[in-house]
Amino acid sequence: MSGNIIEVSNLRVRYRGRRKYALDDLSFNVKRGEFLAITGPNGAGKTTLAYSLNGIVPHLVSADCDGSVVVEGLDTKEASVSELSLKIGLVFQNPKSQLSGAALTVFEEVAFGPQNMGLPKEEILKRTQEAIDIVGLNGLEDRSPFHLSGGQTQRLAIASVLAMRPSIIVLDEVTSQLDPVGTFEVIKTIYDLHKKHGLTILFISNKSELIAAIAERVLVINEGKLVYDDTPYNVYSNTEELKEIGLIPIPIAEFASLLKREASIEIDRTPITDDDGVALIKQLLGVENE
Amino acid sequence: MSNFIIQTSNLHHVYPGNVHAIKGISLAIEAGTKVAIIGENGSGKTTLVKHFNGLLKPTEGVVKVKEYDTRMHEVAFLARYVGYVFQNPSDQIFSARVLSEVEFGPKNLGYPASKVDELVEYALELTKLTKYKDIHPYELLYAQRRLLCIASIIAMDPEVIILDEPTGGLDYKNLQLLEHIIHELTVQGKTLIVISHDIDFVAEFADRVIVLHDGKVLIDGEPHDVLKNSDKLKITGVRPPQITRVALRTIKYGIDARTLTPAELYSQVKKNLNK
Repeated sequence: MSGNIIEVSNLRVRYRGRRKYALDDLSFNVKRGEFLAITGPNGAGKTTLAYSLNGIVPHLVSADCDGSVVVEGLDTKEASVSELSLKIGLVFQNPKSQLSGAALTVFEEVAFGPQNMGLPKEEILKRTQEAIDIVGLNGLEDRSPFHLSGGQTQRLAIASVLAMRPSIIVLDEVTSQLDPVGTFEVIKTIYDLHKKHGLTILFISNKSELIAAIAERVLVINEGKLVYDDTPYNVYSNTEELKEIGLIPIPIAEFASLLKREASIEIDRTPITDDDGVALIKQLLGVENE
Repeated sequence: MSNFIIQTSNLHHVYPGNVHAIKGISLAIEAGTKVAIIGENGSGKTTLVKHFNGLLKPTEGVVKVKEYDTRMHEVAFLARYVGYVFQNPSDQIFSARVLSEVEFGPKNLGYPASKVDELVEYALELTKLTKYKDIHPYELLYAQRRLLCIASIIAMDPEVIILDEPTGGLDYKNLQLLEHIIHELTVQGKTLIVISHDIDFVAEFADRVIVLHDGKVLIDGEPHDVLKNSDKLKITGVRPPQITRVALRTIKYGIDARTLTPAELYSQVKKNLNK
């Protein structure tokens, strides 16, 4: 089946006891195999959206929900969280808090999910090793999950989700506690999941420069509402509007914005990558392309 | 009399199990400066700064806070001079009310009630948490809980404030607020020491950058000089800020490699446009 793997229609979520809607009339579709970034300021509703996609909202966290979320043909209101977890895997910000605590080794940690699915032993072993190989933790199978670096722990969390063989992975601020080395490891893993293994990726982050470098499409959410749904270029060219909402501007786009504001220099296409920046400077200084 | 508020000489730290985390660091931090400490995980950043308030004692070498040798003094004594804001708010917050969280430190230091009130009011005001003072910290957004941790330390009025990864998960508005807080504190004469992976933030706020690698100082200097060393930084996994990366590729067209921020690049280009 091709087409939309996720369909969100007029989704409204309000937590019990709150006056404001955490998500307010949100509608968007995700195509199979897409790499979608979801961004927005603190408190915009990004994590609530992640919870709504695999049914944590409303099944485990009570909230009033209107509209519908359909994931791989399953309506999240009707499907159970465990049923949805086989289709859509969630990985969170704090790597350590996602460990089961029950596993003594990396291998056991990854095998935890397939074991709970009641699969035959060979299948459990096969899936576990496969997931470990994909995230590049081979050689560390016997290591304690608590003796890994931040980047390794986060890749372990991804492997644990992969072992359930979902078609969609939602990553909620997974690099915000990692150092540059760990961030690179995790981003490379996510990129491979998308390119080599065809998974649909929903990458939640507020790192604009990183999003611009890897995503095909960006959703911007503010106060529970969808404000942009477009390519990175079309979204991040709205530098001033995004800052107003509370998004960190891409430095080179901010430079272009200064040119416009301070020197009234109009730019055809807002630069977002390093290459764009170099090209723009050459153009501004009248340097011929060599 | 020197103006150095923290000094280490030939500092070594070896953790149990013979993990040699700091391998001979000698540095002096001047009062009133904004220092960024960068480097990959395991490079010794946190181990180093934990010596600045006596949480860790040197295995070898000396650490001095003002005139006090940290080996001779308790953490409780050094806390008057050096405050430490942890990376994860849940490691620090323990009160059921925002106000009591902020009051705890200055009360514990035995400041008179009037001074406690004044400091608490200032700390809440500066972090824009005044209107939340009566709620439970867990009703705050994550970013506000981080600001609450900063407020609790500001209220203790230490001369040095250490922030461990303060920008993680902060949006643009909270980032600007953080920069404002840091600026205000330095105007008051405080010394700010920040551990950060956020290179754009480091480029904006710091007046000195210390790069650690494998328990030693790899580069130490003014940010413009430090962050243009893309080759040397590569060893630590750190990339120069985007603006510096673009500047490094446009040197031959007259752009200075020592360019860190969008505003600096703009003035560079403007200067060349007018030629």
